[in-house]
Amino acid sequence: MRKWVRGSAVAAVALTAGILGTFLPALSQAPAPAYKAPRSPDGKTPRLDGIWQANNEANWDLRPHAASQGPVYALGAEFSTPPGLGVIEGGEIPYLPAAAAQQKKNYQNRLTLDPEIKCYMGGVPRSTYMPYPFQIVQNPHTIMMVYEFAGAVRSINMDKATKAPADSWMGWSNGHWEGDTLVVDVNSLIDQSWLDRAGDFHSDQLHVVERYTPRSADTLMYEATIEDPKVFSKPWKISMPLYRRVDQGAKVLEYKCSEFAEEMMYGQYRKVPLPNTIK
Amino acid sequence: MKQTFLASALAGAVVAFLAAPVHGQTAAQKKTAAAPKASAIPRTADGHPDLSGVYSNASAVPLARPADLGAKEFYTSVEEKAQLDAARAAATRGGGRGGRGGGAAANIDPETGQPALQLHYDNTQFGLAGGQKLNAPSLRTSILSGPEGKLPAMTPEATKRTAERRAYAAAHQWDGPDSRPLAERCILWGAEGPPMLPEGYNSDLQIVQGPNGTVSIMQEMIHDARVIPADNSPHIPAAIKQWFGDSRGHWEGDTFIVETTNFTDKTTLQNAATSDKLKVIEKFTRIDANTVKYEFTVDDPETWVKPWSGEVAMTKIDSPIYEYACHEGNYGMANNLSGQRAIEKKK
Repeated sequence: MRKWVRGSAVAAVALTAGILGTFLPALSQAPAPAYKAPRSPDGKTPRLDGIWQANNEANWDLRPHAASQGPVYALGAEFSTPPGLGVIEGGEIPYLPAAAAQQKKNYQNRLTLDPEIKCYMGGVPRSTYMPYPFQIVQNPHTIMMVYEFAGAVRSINMDKATKAPADSWMGWSNGHWEGDTLVVDVNSLIDQSWLDRAGDFHSDQLHVVERYTPRSADTLMYEATIEDPKVFSKPWKISMPLYRRVDQGAKVLEYKCSEFAEEMMYGQYRKVPLPNTIK
Repeated sequence: MKQTFLASALAGAVVAFLAAPVHGQTAAQKKTAAAPKASAIPRTADGHPDLSGVYSNASAVPLARPADLGAKEFYTSVEEKAQLDAARAAATRGGGRGGRGGGAAANIDPETGQPALQLHYDNTQFGLAGGQKLNAPSLRTSILSGPEGKLPAMTPEATKRTAERRAYAAAHQWDGPDSRPLAERCILWGAEGPPMLPEGYNSDLQIVQGPNGTVSIMQEMIHDARVIPADNSPHIPAAIKQWFGDSRGHWEGDTFIVETTNFTDKTTLQNAATSDKLKVIEKFTRIDANTVKYEFTVDDPETWVKPWSGEVAMTKIDSPIYEYACHEGNYGMANNLSGQRAIEKKK
């Protein structure tokens, strides 16, 4: 009886694995999208140009999370954390043990450590899902992505892949097309940027592969595979739709936020301290 | 890295000297030469000239014309070579940013046309020398065009406004971060524009031209990027003022014309505290495979008695734009302010 149970369990596992084995590859590769994006003037590549924005809570925490108290009581509900279903495949980030401890420390000290608070460029992938628009301008050789927050910008080289001259906040991007999907390989990111406000972080070994797939006239699917052997035990993936800003006259406006971080960063060196609140 | 382009830039300059008998001649002849051969310039699939590429607008030409040149708008090629040689020699000696006029328009005293900043190291090592390598060949005696070759007079109100702002800044310069200059705060560099003028360094920019003629320009200086729609859309509401203003473009034949309004009145352009009436027109014309002619007109009736115009060339370079993470690396701000507080404690 026990033997039978074990045998049938093994068989069931094998069967399940077989079924999954058949279906999983098809599931994990984005199915050929029914939608076909309009072509660029060259007639070949799909047009991804326009102003896009994520519409989710990933910037607060990539994981599934309930609403919670914000880090500054004085800011009340305005700066509390909105709840979100999460954008990680599997729901968890596979931290190495030491890195998991570091993430908790980061979270506890997020009010001073989160680079967003200082108006530092968001890095990749975070810039994509910060709650501000970004614009894609494309031609066959270069795709420029201009982000509203901190005026961050990066150029994606679509010709023969090139090497970064130096590590940087927005990294070094080489792109190519796989069907209608823009695939961008991003490396040479410095270790200073975070992945969200929850203290999720990476090292200078971060390697991100992004996939932008047209989904409808006004939506893209965004996926990013995140790999960093110093911080994570294995590569992991986030995915989310991006929405076109169809507002009348939509424009990426100037958000030079360094001005608004000055008091927080340098106020201690002021000749005469400022009052705590602005009237 | 960018020094590897010395040879090609010089070669280009030689070719241009041989092939450009046009400068310094009649207006009619200049007009003919300015119209590019349609076949010589790259075009996008939708037919517009393709402005895309990485360029340098570094220039050995000063913003204002040295006073003794009078109305002379162009050098002969022999005179120009002497200028460049002198500029290079002076930069190598450590005698400032170049010979007469130096390099960076932003560092030229508009009154005298002489370099305002005297440095004492070999500027050619750091790409800071006006007469060096990447510059597009130019026979111009000044970036500012026209017989005067200098900025027009400021209105009395603007003179007063500028003086007041300067006095306030001088009296409060160490009070806190917001009393430091805009460039030190990584908000805006003086020559970033628009109009985009040569900087003391990092005079590099990347243009990506998208479908429908949309043009995106990223300047290396503080990684500032402007996306310029070319879809006849109106400017953003007047209530919104921006450091860079709001730029809208359209194509007139082979020239991309950009109008920028919605500037803040908190900025300074060529030593003048400008008003929110500031309007800048820029014209981009790709005149050959390696060059974009960049013309501009600045109009602010509340600041200058008349508009002023100029021209500078952008030369294609085979080099990436580096990320200038200015604010992220701004150790100077904390050091300057804390240093000043320490000095005050000592007193």
